[in-house]
Amino acid sequence: MQAWGISVLFEGQNLFRLVDGLSVSIRIAAVSIAFSAVFGILLGVLMTSRYRLIRYICRFYLEAIRIIPTLVWLFLFYFSLTKILHFHLSAEFASDIVFSLWGTAEMGDLVRGAITSMPKHQMDSGFAIGLTKLQVYRYIVIPQALRRLIPSAINLATRMIKTTSLVVLIGVVEVLKVGQQIIEVSILKTPTASFWVYGCIFFLYFIICYPVSLFSKKLETKWQQ
Amino acid sequence: MDFNFMSASIPLYIKAAKMTLDLAVWGILSSLIIGFICALIGYYKIKILDKIVRIYIELSRNTPLLIQLFFLYYGLAKLGIKLEAYTCAILGLAFLGGSYMSEAFRAGLEAVSKIQIESGLSIGLTRWQLTRYIILPQAFAVAVPALGANAIFLLKETSVVSAIALADLMFVAKDLIGMYYKTTEALVLLVLAYLILLLPISIFLTYIERRVRHAGVGN
Repeated sequence: MQAWGISVLFEGQNLFRLVDGLSVSIRIAAVSIAFSAVFGILLGVLMTSRYRLIRYICRFYLEAIRIIPTLVWLFLFYFSLTKILHFHLSAEFASDIVFSLWGTAEMGDLVRGAITSMPKHQMDSGFAIGLTKLQVYRYIVIPQALRRLIPSAINLATRMIKTTSLVVLIGVVEVLKVGQQIIEVSILKTPTASFWVYGCIFFLYFIICYPVSLFSKKLETKWQQ
Repeated sequence: MDFNFMSASIPLYIKAAKMTLDLAVWGILSSLIIGFICALIGYYKIKILDKIVRIYIELSRNTPLLIQLFFLYYGLAKLGIKLEAYTCAILGLAFLGGSYMSEAFRAGLEAVSKIQIESGLSIGLTRWQLTRYIILPQAFAVAVPALGANAIFLLKETSVVSAIALADLMFVAKDLIGMYYKTTEALVLLVLAYLILLLPISIFLTYIERRVRHAGVGN
């Protein structure tokens, strides 16, 4: 019986359904990664602002987002905010918002790190040879900052893909939920279904995240010269 | 907001906070041990074992804790390996945290400059003495901030264990929402509970980080 348990994955459309479920998580991750990339860069630049107040506000945002577990944020947005403001958010949309906010905070910190870790003499030398401020940013600061930023930003993307697995807990029907449905249907025929289904989901995540983190590691070693 | 309800629920949260902390402490301790061993195996490139460690780290880093827990708790049970939810949670945290801790230790070990090791060897230290007195103290000092960040990360990750029916903070909040529909009250208490747990640790770590910033020697 056990040896045949794996067949549960190939029955009907099961494998296809799992991948379809995974695409929901990936969609949430993709939307929030896109937003985080844009707003994260903005936040990161603001965090290096000359004005202390702006820096403090950004810092507060970052720490506030970071100190509370993402799952709690999901609950706050999906259950509490909607109740206070008397409107409905779909679970998926609430997830989009939470992951965008969280990603923006983390990305902002990465961008800030990339900008501040730049040796000061780089900019000074640029000005010394008569470049304008725009040129200094265009040819000196941004290219170097990007090299520091991109590997860790890709890493953040894999973290976001992994963390989107939490959305099942506020009721989004994604890969884990589909897995549970498959298990419930086939529990009598194949008692070991949960082993194979959860094992399969485990490897689906691995197959998606591993190449991405490998790519980021490669870029990192390549650009570290 | 219903403050009477909130103050009446505080004991429930205290009990749950103990569960969260309990899991976090065991999870962090075991991942420190796993991480330390894995990092040493990788650093000294011990044959075969370092390949296994590599595979373990990639598997652990590229999959979410929630899925790991479901696999351990629901998946393995069907093969006759029945683990308690509590054991599963600690195993899951250790499995996840071990790889993160290992990378942190590894970065520390690699930060010890070659000169340090060569100087140690040239004054006649044995391999063991070199590790004990030269490499480990420096590596540890460099690794501390990352280890601390991982500890906080793991403490936050424990919020997932409610999915396998462990009565942690998240679980109590969900329970109160389900039973009394006091959504806002339950979640405000939840946020406060996490703040009380995490803020002191986070502030303490910022302090430690400042102290060990000059840990690198001979660079």
